[in-house]
Amino acid sequence: MEEKLLPVSQPTAGEFDRRAFFTKLGLGSLAVAAAGTAGFAYQFLSPNVLYEPSPIVNMGKPGDYDVDSVTMNTNAGVYLMHTSEGFFALSEICTHLGCLTAWNQELGIIKCPCHGSQFNRDGAVVEGPAPRPLPWLKTWVSDEGDLMVDRSIQIDPMQFLRI
Amino acid sequence: MPGKTDEFLKKIEHTRVWRSIFRSGGGSSTLHNALAIQQSVFLHLFSTKVRKRVISFRATWYLGALTLGTFFILVVTGVLLMLYYHPSVPQAYADMKDLQFVVSSGVFLRNLHRWSAQAMVFLIFAHMFKVFYRGAYRTPREFNWVIGIVLLLVTLLLSYTGYLLPWDQLAYWAITVGSNISADVPLVGNKIHFLLLGGHQVDANALLRFYVLHCLILPFVALLLVAVHFWRIRKDGGLYVQQSEPAKASTIAETELVKEIQ
Repeated sequence: MEEKLLPVSQPTAGEFDRRAFFTKLGLGSLAVAAAGTAGFAYQFLSPNVLYEPSPIVNMGKPGDYDVDSVTMNTNAGVYLMHTSEGFFALSEICTHLGCLTAWNQELGIIKCPCHGSQFNRDGAVVEGPAPRPLPWLKTWVSDEGDLMVDRSIQIDPMQFLRI
Repeated sequence: MPGKTDEFLKKIEHTRVWRSIFRSGGGSSTLHNALAIQQSVFLHLFSTKVRKRVISFRATWYLGALTLGTFFILVVTGVLLMLYYHPSVPQAYADMKDLQFVVSSGVFLRNLHRWSAQAMVFLIFAHMFKVFYRGAYRTPREFNWVIGIVLLLVTLLLSYTGYLLPWDQLAYWAITVGSNISADVPLVGNKIHFLLLGGHQVDANALLRFYVLHCLILPFVALLLVAVHFWRIRKDGGLYVQQSEPAKASTIAETELVKEIQ
């Protein structure tokens, strides 16, 4: 007895294809799972709590700083400048690749030891590969009369703190 | 006349234990030799048979094999150094000093690790120059060249991550500068910088991350790629050897030229 094979239905254009549908469904769910894994990995790798030093530093009494003085606080990574126009704080971290710059009193210039960038007292780039001037940092006087600097907040240059 | 040792070895080769481990069996026929290579999990990556001139010093100067040699030295000395080194801010630098002055042979192992790392980078570049100037990167070996480039990058990353671990001034500022370069990637630079260091500055998190990358993740990736790199040599038709001397080709060109003039 001859077996009769059922005719294989060929999907015509526009017709619903079950196999293609399940392939797409499978690949789609894998893509969603991969995106979820990537998001999970990114969140896991970004610490939510950091035990880094506080960005706010206490620089002491304003009276301790003479007029026309540059004070280098290497631990905080901040310069405190006292000019006739007032106080301002400058980041000590080079805008090129993050080295700690140093004030040169004789030349009246800020120099970076790593790649030779030079800045003037206002933070403007004088020479070298630094792409941006040294940022001015938010400075204020606390209720106790101490000079405070927030290293995480940059302000526009030439905003002197007058006391 | 076979000595007593040879007889003893022959006897061992016929024991059941030996045969269960090395299934190619004893014997020195070409087939046995080929099977011995093919049936070993480590050696099956390589060709079972090669021409003598392919494994002569002239063909490769053994630069790839020497690179692998330095890698093995680095793994062994590195694992030993791990037994005395704590990747933590208070201890890292002191552990380095202990390795230099207190631990027996510590200074030898540390220096061997350091010099092998330098040698490995040097040998990789020598290997690449040799491959490049001989034209060994051409079809069908292009993909193996690409794997080699990735291996170069992994090696440089291994060098870079290892540089932080002594936790001295040189390490601290080198990693500060190096990680700040990653912050210059357009759009996502700061995110990459943050993820790499696990914070905004080189600190305890950065030390631990670099340690894990240096001791676990990067060596594993390197070993995997090395296996593929060696396997591809066989798959791409064996080590490359120049088919003819360049001098011969120029003679042919000259005779052609002479013919044309005539």
